[in-house]
Amino acid sequence: MIDKGWLTVGGIGRWAIDTFLRLGFAARFLGLTLLNSGVCLRRPRLVVREVYFSGVLSLVIILVSGLFVGMVLGLQGYQTLKTYGSESALGVLVALSLLRELGPVITALLFASRAGSAVTAEIGLMKATEQLRAMEMMAVDPIARVVAPRFWAGVISTPLLTAMFTAMGIYGGYLVGVVLLGVDEGSFWSQMQNSVDFREDVVNGLLKSLAFGFAISWIAVFEGYDAPPTAEGVSGATTRTVVTSALTILFLDYILTSLMFRGL
Amino acid sequence: MSPDNFVEISGLQFGYGRRSILKGLDLRVPRGQVVSIMGGSGCGKTTLLRLIGGALRPSQGSVVVDGESVGALGRDGLYRLRRKMGMLFQFGALFTDLSVFDNVAFPMRERTALPEPIVRDLVLMKLHAVGLRGAAKLMPAELSGGMARRVALARAVALDPELIMYDEPFTGLDPISLAVISNLIRTLNDALGATSIVVTHDVRESMKILDYCYLMAEGQIVAQGTPAEMLASDKPYARQFFRGEIDGAVPFHYPGADYRTELRLGNRDR
Repeated sequence: MIDKGWLTVGGIGRWAIDTFLRLGFAARFLGLTLLNSGVCLRRPRLVVREVYFSGVLSLVIILVSGLFVGMVLGLQGYQTLKTYGSESALGVLVALSLLRELGPVITALLFASRAGSAVTAEIGLMKATEQLRAMEMMAVDPIARVVAPRFWAGVISTPLLTAMFTAMGIYGGYLVGVVLLGVDEGSFWSQMQNSVDFREDVVNGLLKSLAFGFAISWIAVFEGYDAPPTAEGVSGATTRTVVTSALTILFLDYILTSLMFRGL
Repeated sequence: MSPDNFVEISGLQFGYGRRSILKGLDLRVPRGQVVSIMGGSGCGKTTLLRLIGGALRPSQGSVVVDGESVGALGRDGLYRLRRKMGMLFQFGALFTDLSVFDNVAFPMRERTALPEPIVRDLVLMKLHAVGLRGAAKLMPAELSGGMARRVALARAVALDPELIMYDEPFTGLDPISLAVISNLIRTLNDALGATSIVVTHDVRESMKILDYCYLMAEGQIVAQGTPAEMLASDKPYARQFFRGEIDGAVPFHYPGADYRTELRLGNRDR
């Protein structure tokens, strides 16, 4: 939608002020969520329940996607490496691409669209149907009871799902490379073992996914809590969660990659 | 403030931004009574309930509940005060991911350290009081509108509040559910020895159960009295409201430009 107001100086100014105000609200909301997170330690059951809904129920899509991404990597990598006669390095190629980039990024994108959007819609609808207000009237803080458990469940789930995605991807690469195309099994695994560094590759990949999980959860709970209490408002917030998460993930990925892998 | 009043409001002013909603409102709710606040849609009734519950703070004037000034309380004080209140929201506001039983148990589990067997017995007693003990295992989506409102009522009185607030409890109910809810409002109030505030625009149903009635218009109390006094009132707005007349103190036409000018008939035929 093109608004006429956009074209004026005042329109741009209004847009900038609104954007920064919203960023301020989001930051304050994150602070409140972190401050009210004590309940998650006192009653871990609340978080476990949300990890089930966000994490466990996302497993199928994560595992299947991981397998296919790994298989495609195996196929493409084999074609390219074969030209230089170094098919035996296929294991390294598959493992490093998945551990450093594809695993954390694709898992985060899938998690944002599968679980992040669900969290936004759920909190938004709870707000629209006055459930959050009812909770407040019962002297129960909705940020502690509803928001914090969902936030931490997202932060915990993302690295775990990333690990499973990556493992599944490597298996997919193995399936195509070794079983289907006949790359030597010994060199596939041993070269991978030699070239993959635990701290450099595995830990850095998981740190990335932790950062993505934090960002997705923050965006998802904020959009839900901030959604206008109407059908239109909730659907808009859900869309914004997916779009903002995707852009944030890709932007963060560039920043983190340039910080983590500077020596390469 | 008199100790006989559970809620006392004086000179209350409130607005959202520049739009002022309540303009100097005075109101008293005596202990043990069922008091209703009536008025047309959008006259600030729900806002008033939110001010009593402390969700909003007055711009001027005071709201005193059980001897405490709501506007001056911090978060902890407010949460302490809310433990004496129960509220029924317009459409129940049941937690859709919890069963009927867990909804009623929610305030008990969150705010008390009662052992689970006692919570179970208490929940069943509350559900029995609203006639829905047999529905304990159902989910909110499986309930009719009237049933959902009764469950919400059981949840609102779960911790035996001293003040029960009802936000439009009669909206969208069939005649049977309507009678059931209005009867429950009266009996629960008397059984618990509580005080009730009913915000509504349903004249017929609420007049049967009320002790006292306030009529609001444009952010002020325009008439007050017992149900009989109100029905006999000859103040223009009260007359129009209680008899459901189309035109009167509240005009049928929303203020606008002159009809003839707007249709550009100004120069013709006169």
